[in-house]
Amino acid sequence: MSYTPVIGFEVHIELSTASKMFCGCPADHFGRSPNTQTCPVCLGLPGALPVPNSKAIEWCVKLGLALGCQINLTSKFDRKNYFYPDLPKGFQISQYDLPFCHNGNLLGRQITRVHLEEDTGKLLHQKNQTLIDFNRSGVPLVEIVTAPDFTSSDESSEFLKEVQAIVRALNISTADMEKGSMRLEANISVKRVEDPNLPGYKVEIKNVNSFRFIKKAIDFEITRQSKILDSGLIPAQETRGFSESKGETVSQRTKEEANDYRYFPEPDIPPLQFTEDQIETWRSDIPPLPSQIRRDLMTKFSLTENYARIIAADAQMYREFLKSPTKTTADSLINKRPPTSKPVLVSTEKISSIARAVVAANPKAVSDLKAGKQQVMFFLIGQVKKELGPVDIPLTGKVISRIIDTDDPIRN
Amino acid sequence: MLNKLTLTQALTGLKKKEFSSPELVQACLNEIEKEDSKIHAFLHINPNALSQAQKADINLPLGGIPIAVKDNFLTMGLPTTAASKVLQGYLPHYESTVTRTLKSAGAIIIGKTNMDAWAHGSSTETSDYGPTLNPHNTDYLPGGSSGGSAAAVAAHMCIAAIGSETAGSIRLPAAWCGVVGFKPSYGRVSRYGVIAMASSTDSPGPLTKSVADSALLTQIIAGHDPYDATTSPLPTPDYHRHLQQPLKHLKIGLPKEYLEVMQPQSRDLVLQAVKKMASLGHTIEETSLIHPKYSIGVYTIIQRSEVSSNLARYDGIRYGLDRSHFSDEAKRRIMLGTYALSSGYYDQYYTRAQKVRTLIIQDFHSSFQKYDLLIDPASPGPALKLGAAANDPMFGEMQDILVEPSSIAGLTGISLSCGQINGLPVSFGLIGPQFSESLVLQAAHAYESAI
Repeated sequence: MSYTPVIGFEVHIELSTASKMFCGCPADHFGRSPNTQTCPVCLGLPGALPVPNSKAIEWCVKLGLALGCQINLTSKFDRKNYFYPDLPKGFQISQYDLPFCHNGNLLGRQITRVHLEEDTGKLLHQKNQTLIDFNRSGVPLVEIVTAPDFTSSDESSEFLKEVQAIVRALNISTADMEKGSMRLEANISVKRVEDPNLPGYKVEIKNVNSFRFIKKAIDFEITRQSKILDSGLIPAQETRGFSESKGETVSQRTKEEANDYRYFPEPDIPPLQFTEDQIETWRSDIPPLPSQIRRDLMTKFSLTENYARIIAADAQMYREFLKSPTKTTADSLINKRPPTSKPVLVSTEKISSIARAVVAANPKAVSDLKAGKQQVMFFLIGQVKKELGPVDIPLTGKVISRIIDTDDPIRN
Repeated sequence: MLNKLTLTQALTGLKKKEFSSPELVQACLNEIEKEDSKIHAFLHINPNALSQAQKADINLPLGGIPIAVKDNFLTMGLPTTAASKVLQGYLPHYESTVTRTLKSAGAIIIGKTNMDAWAHGSSTETSDYGPTLNPHNTDYLPGGSSGGSAAAVAAHMCIAAIGSETAGSIRLPAAWCGVVGFKPSYGRVSRYGVIAMASSTDSPGPLTKSVADSALLTQIIAGHDPYDATTSPLPTPDYHRHLQQPLKHLKIGLPKEYLEVMQPQSRDLVLQAVKKMASLGHTIEETSLIHPKYSIGVYTIIQRSEVSSNLARYDGIRYGLDRSHFSDEAKRRIMLGTYALSSGYYDQYYTRAQKVRTLIIQDFHSSFQKYDLLIDPASPGPALKLGAAANDPMFGEMQDILVEPSSIAGLTGISLSCGQINGLPVSFGLIGPQFSESLVLQAAHAYESAI
């Protein structure tokens, strides 16, 4: 039978503001010692109150404008109530019925909303215990929600790359997927070509940290779900993760019923009111966006579409090109690019055997890591890379953690 | 008997060197030692109060003055429990804005006062550490939730005290203990570092021996706080200096629906106070407001909803004890609030309550087009007997009926004594528009000076 995929996205972008969303702690948490960037507000101590970061609000609105959204002049924050150990207040401050931005459009796909919220802490699962690092708690997080407007992994990928390029052009986030400052969630279902309605189920794919893997995950899901429909069944409504080693999606949890988040207006933050003038000032601050740059490169500088795409997606390269905007410059810039990370050719077994040797040879690094120095992980991954060349970094990290957690690298 | 001095008198005495701060603090500590085993106004006494008094700088606005603080204000070095077992022994990592301001004005926190656990109540009977008793008659309740602060002031165990009001929690215990309780407008005094009850109405304020003392203390603690986004950027007037300025003749409304819910004897005393106000040259007119009974439903829904969210952080993971230590009253409120916010019920309860809240705000707004102030006694009658609150989950809401409308509207109000029935104080009160603290204090001060 013939099917059409129905795909929509939720994209989370961690903003690179100087301070967190509702307190003065630094927002840049990557690689910092656990719980060194916290205060009563982001730890959810008794009596602490949130004060919104106006820069984060401005950046969220600018991103919305860059995505062609309309802006709600009256907006507010809401509390999303749920329990999880990485959420110290027992609720996340987010936006419910009045997001800053709504009804946008990018590459012909509808953007439902763009809103601002706070990130959660991080759970570090160890052998017999789980530790919590609150450095990330309260970091400004923008959520972009699209309509279910996508029908293939290729157009999904093109769209997501464009979002990343826009965020980078605005210089509001590194939008680095490996570091988690850009996170993708895809909602995928499949329907019969002739069926005018949306499918009655959807599968949510979470925690995918590269464009390559999201493409693989989407393709895998389309095939998997089509097969289930072929057999006369309906795929289960569930959340699935992506196993990088197997190249498959795996069931994480089945959604029995929808969570009731008991949203209500955040009473600690007065409603926000923007003026048309303010929005227009912000709009005029927006630098040329990748689509505009591509057009310019092709029309003004006669570059090929392929060249224009590559240069427009990299703000640094574009700046270099403008210094001497010729075909020769474009050639040399593009040839100078570091090779993009190769597909993972190294097997998990090989990584494991080298990782065991690396762990055994670096007892000091291992004990530092156990004491919570997360940066050490990059050193250990680096040692593995030295032996094997390009490897799947997240996979290598997981392998190393597993080896360390079993405490006896030789026997295992 | 230095402990019996008002704040104003104590400041004058200290500045004239008639006595020292350690003498003043010692007098209060002696009174606590003597009386608090009966009254139980305090949960923790500051063991360093005397040594802090020895170092006090009496040139500061509150230099060397012993002040009691409700146990929901975070104080570094002093346990802060909000009278709940969940926070037993909890030592805060930071200082509330109010106590930080008091300390930098030279005040000495003499101790932390008892309250209804998490401020859930109007009797101080629901404290997880046992009730506070009314100093006027220990068979009676002090009111709540700032009952410990009210009793500590009434029993002269401190010079003045700080409380917090969500709906009546300053004015009601002040009424029942016969002291002055002043609720500043919502947004006038910072809530940073105050264990939240209902975030949209919590208002810290003073409980004192005179209106002038309330003006002095409010002067210190009021103002914009960059750590509380709901505080007003409006400058704080000099409330204390304004008290000395001539008061124009005011137009004051007497809401008949409020008188209706009062007990006859208390109403008679209030009407005598009204006559006294009229004799000062004010014009007092009977007027009509939305019946206060409607505020009970509105307040109950909004407060329970906010409570259910505000208490979610007390999960025992990072600090405090686990959730099994919540008392029945807190559990009831969490469950009711969770229910009211649930999908399918939200519009029926929360949204509807907010709509009625808006109507009440508009009602006050139009009334204040006609009147400068409104008469609003804090309590329908004098203190009730110990045990009255037990097994009555709606006890607080019924007792607070007269102050709930002004609280949910974010107004400012004062409660002061206008007589006694069988040795128990009866309250007379005034409310004014948001940020009309100066006028409310001025009018109350003029009345107090005349009686």
